Amino acid sequence: MTAANDVPMARPRAGRDRVVGRTLTYVAATVLALFILVPIYLIAVSAFTPRESAFDFPRSVIPTQVSTDTILFFLNASGVIDAFWRSVIVAIITLGLSLLIGAPAGYAIARYAFRGREGYRLVILATRAFPIVILAIPLAVTYRLWGIDDTVIGVALMHTALALPFTVLITSSVFISVPRELEEAAQTLGCNPLQAFLRVSMPLALPGLAAAAIFTWVLSWNDVFAAVILTLRNPTLPAKILTALTQSPIYFQFAAGFVMLVPSLVVIFFIRKYLLGLWGRVVK
Amino acid sequence: MTTRLGWAPYALLLPSALFLAVFFATPMVQAFGLALQQPDGSIGFASVQRMLGDASFSGALLTTLALVVLVIPVQFVLAMSMALVINARLKGQGMWLYVYALPLGISELAAGIVWVSIFTQSGWLNSILMGLGVTDRPITWQSAETPFLLIACIVIAEAWRATSIIMIILVAGLQSIPREFMEAADVYGATNWQKIRRVVLPMLRPSLQVALILRTILAFQVFATVIALAGRGLYVLAGEAQRWATDIDNDNVAAAYAGLILLMSLISTVLFLVLLPTREEHQA
Repeated sequence: MTAANDVPMARPRAGRDRVVGRTLTYVAATVLALFILVPIYLIAVSAFTPRESAFDFPRSVIPTQVSTDTILFFLNASGVIDAFWRSVIVAIITLGLSLLIGAPAGYAIARYAFRGREGYRLVILATRAFPIVILAIPLAVTYRLWGIDDTVIGVALMHTALALPFTVLITSSVFISVPRELEEAAQTLGCNPLQAFLRVSMPLALPGLAAAAIFTWVLSWNDVFAAVILTLRNPTLPAKILTALTQSPIYFQFAAGFVMLVPSLVVIFFIRKYLLGLWGRVVK
Repeated sequence: MTTRLGWAPYALLLPSALFLAVFFATPMVQAFGLALQQPDGSIGFASVQRMLGDASFSGALLTTLALVVLVIPVQFVLAMSMALVINARLKGQGMWLYVYALPLGISELAAGIVWVSIFTQSGWLNSILMGLGVTDRPITWQSAETPFLLIACIVIAEAWRATSIIMIILVAGLQSIPREFMEAADVYGATNWQKIRRVVLPMLRPSLQVALILRTILAFQVFATVIALAGRGLYVLAGEAQRWATDIDNDNVAAAYAGLILLMSLISTVLFLVLLPTREEHQA
């Protein structure tokens, strides 16, 4: 940690000022972190409180009894496990489709200078921000015509449309970071372009592609609006929980919230290095 | 070298372009078609008028706008604080970023439920307030009879859930500020506050603009957080779109709501582009 690295804060005028400033920054950092972490801790405690204690009041912030009773009750509730697996399948199809369709586009944008490249990039950037609401309602009508309403594949196709802009953006930034010279060297050594890609760029790009895949997965896992519109008898987990919300006891909700939340904690951990590339790029 | 494969980039783009045409462009046009379709199949404003005349329309519009206006400033202050903390390069910088980015993976619905566990009558907030002796009986936070308290709960939940994305964009923006600028400010004896006002904020303008546009568009679609915290005690536009699509089974009015959300998103985007022009920065 050299002083030159400390961009906005610090760079001492006086040593004491620096220590005070540093300490205040740590205090601010901790307060902000607690704002994020404390609610996660509290939902965890709620989810691991047995059902009969769910209405105890006032409750102790330090759990007195830890039990999986509430979570098991939630998982065994009618339709929940089915919805859970449906969500997993939808997310996997979404992930596969969006990499299959999106990665080639990302590669093209990263590697080729061609007419319309900037235009395409702008279209992709613009679609990233588009309302889901506007897609889900007409698609529900189309799906009834196609006979894929209330199906896993229908939801997955819609999620792919949502995820595709991200996949294209991440994969293009991944391929930009893989030196083109390596691929060209492989070609002079006798590979054709496809072989050069598969043997050289692909292995190097793999961690970045994995991050793209994980991000796509969580996008699909989290969607509730489209799923509620597009399904009826075959809901995904969030759709199932949303429609059950009003008739379900509060401990059911706590367990549901916790179960939905856990994967995201893991996912963000694995893609944390790529977060800045994902959202950070500013249109210019 | 790659010029002999002039068609290659287009071939790589084709699948994604086709997919976006079918699952993005078409439904968007269809949404307006549906909204302007009358019960007898002719074209006209009957569905739009039905939306405008609905008892919950003005409430839904007002609540949505109120949430946008209240949530976004809170989120920007929080996000800016987080971004400055990250940029101060404290020990464990990666850990701070991970914690602040955590909610990025948490769904609207899960986030809503997390805050239900806090705000519900026998929940954590009341437990803590009673423990501290601030109040002697539990306060009702989430009641349709006290809409202001209810909206405050939603604002806090949304600030918790959706600040990360702004933070990420701002961190990336901060990192792109050339170090020489800060060093120059130091040489001239600028205080931290002056550095933020005179160097950081002007240089961050493009990032702020992108974050503002993106976050506003997303805020117009607020849905599951509201359902989780307020049930149907509070109406929002996306919630109405869903209610008309699934409960009332009238896709035309649902599409009218969707169209309205899209229109408001477009207007806000244009407003931000006009009101916050980013001048061309000279890059170092």
